[in-house]
Amino acid sequence: METAGSKAIEVTDLTVAYQDKPVLWDIDLNVPPGVLLSIVGPNGAGKTTLIKAILGLVRPAAGSVLIYNKPYEAQRQIVGYVPQRGSVDWDFPTNVLDVVMMGRYGALGWVRRPGRQERELALQALEKVGMAVYATRQISQLSGGQQQRVFLARALVQDATVYLMDEPFQGVDATTERAIVTLLQELRANGKTVVVVHHDLQTVSDYFDWVMLLNIRRIASGPVDEVFTPDNLRETYGGRVAFMKTGK
Amino acid sequence: MESLSILIHLDYTLMIVAIGAALLGTVSGALGTYAVLRRQSLLGDAISHAALPGIAIAFLLTGSKTPLILVLGAAIAGWLGTLLIMSIVRLTRIKYDSALAIVLSTFFGVGLVLHTLIQRTGNANQAGLDTFLFGQAATILERDVLTIGILGGASIIVTLVFWKELKLLVFDEDFAASLGFPTRTLDILLTSLLVIAIVLGLQAVGAVLMSAMLVAPAVAARQWTNRLRLMVFLAGCFGALAGVSGTIISSTASRIPTGPTIVLCATVVVGISIAFAPNRGLVWHRIRHQRNRRDLKMAAEAQE
Repeated sequence: METAGSKAIEVTDLTVAYQDKPVLWDIDLNVPPGVLLSIVGPNGAGKTTLIKAILGLVRPAAGSVLIYNKPYEAQRQIVGYVPQRGSVDWDFPTNVLDVVMMGRYGALGWVRRPGRQERELALQALEKVGMAVYATRQISQLSGGQQQRVFLARALVQDATVYLMDEPFQGVDATTERAIVTLLQELRANGKTVVVVHHDLQTVSDYFDWVMLLNIRRIASGPVDEVFTPDNLRETYGGRVAFMKTGK
Repeated sequence: MESLSILIHLDYTLMIVAIGAALLGTVSGALGTYAVLRRQSLLGDAISHAALPGIAIAFLLTGSKTPLILVLGAAIAGWLGTLLIMSIVRLTRIKYDSALAIVLSTFFGVGLVLHTLIQRTGNANQAGLDTFLFGQAATILERDVLTIGILGGASIIVTLVFWKELKLLVFDEDFAASLGFPTRTLDILLTSLLVIAIVLGLQAVGAVLMSAMLVAPAVAARQWTNRLRLMVFLAGCFGALAGVSGTIISSTASRIPTGPTIVLCATVVVGISIAFAPNRGLVWHRIRHQRNRRDLKMAAEAQE
């Protein structure tokens, strides 16, 4: 199903287990450069774990992950990450601009503090997600959609080639959802590869050009038209899919 | 003014004690901020209780009551206790709060047994060891102030140097790791700083109540500001304030242990902050709530 040639992300035989329970089993995934890929699957399918394993945040029991043919450690500078919004405490004493500047911390390295250049980049990224007017706002005063945009802006200032996003559409309003979709398409237009953990099956074929169906094992992955089929969905969700809208 | 300077000149000991309490209040308040923001308020409690057997063992091994040696013993024990908690959480299915409770009570129990044994031996040198339970700031001498100043100052400098890294660790550990920062090492660094802050405070505040000195100033500071920099600074100030006022009160009124007095002073600061701080304070909340209700009512009436 995968195309040959250069690969933005190449996951081979990846197995992850928490204690004795396998969370991901023998996953293979090849993502060519410049695609918008969504990972879909039921709760507990291992979607977040897959993202974290690609980022080296969880240690796999077996298998390997390559980003443009090199291990993640060598490619950090070209990978951007958007964690789940709910994974942090939004009552942390800081403001929007400060959070976005955190996206530059990796490039800054140890001890060096963000300066005017980082500020500029952060403001530009906030502009892109429509949050520039909120730059000095305390983060606890943001709505869910605004929090999500701040996280996206933080990933944008990473100026990455490959983006991994964990449920960016989770609990956001329609306006934010449209803004995020526009942003994703813009990233793709600029040749970036974007992997998005996604929940809403109905929008998969509208928003993404590739899809991976995951339920601990990889059920299928490839262009939406080819693999987003009722059969594959049934296999992924165990026949519990109420709505199915397959490839156009 | 003159009488004040006379008083200070007269009571040089009290001044030394107050300086010591101010220093340790600053250090524990500033570093406690990180514990509070990481939702690890109780970790301080575990560390301070776990430090107790370290003091006893250090005394048994060396027969010395030199503060630096006892503090070193306390630090090692406190650090081991923390490491044990982290390992239990990582290697077993036991949850964080249970691991904390197990380690805290076990270490504290061992500490109490050892202290009792030391007292039974009738070693004339042992008097004063139990100050580490409830704290006795009056025992702070010049050399202790020096120890607190150097170690505490070093901890604060480390915090400032790694400001950006520690902030990121506390706010979003996964993101920090994805950027390549060694979060395990940073975690150990932050915990070690916390251990230092705690063992420095043991002599004056005592193992039982030391965690309040980490938590109370930070909780109070959070009420007044939405910026981390200011929160750390304010927590340090509140800690110093509680330290000095508690020490002075306990040394003027005889026979009141210093630790509880300092903690009560910190509690007053917390109480005032929770009630009166702008934005977050309860009084403000109430006023705003009532104003909103009135405005809504007026708007509704105007519409009718």
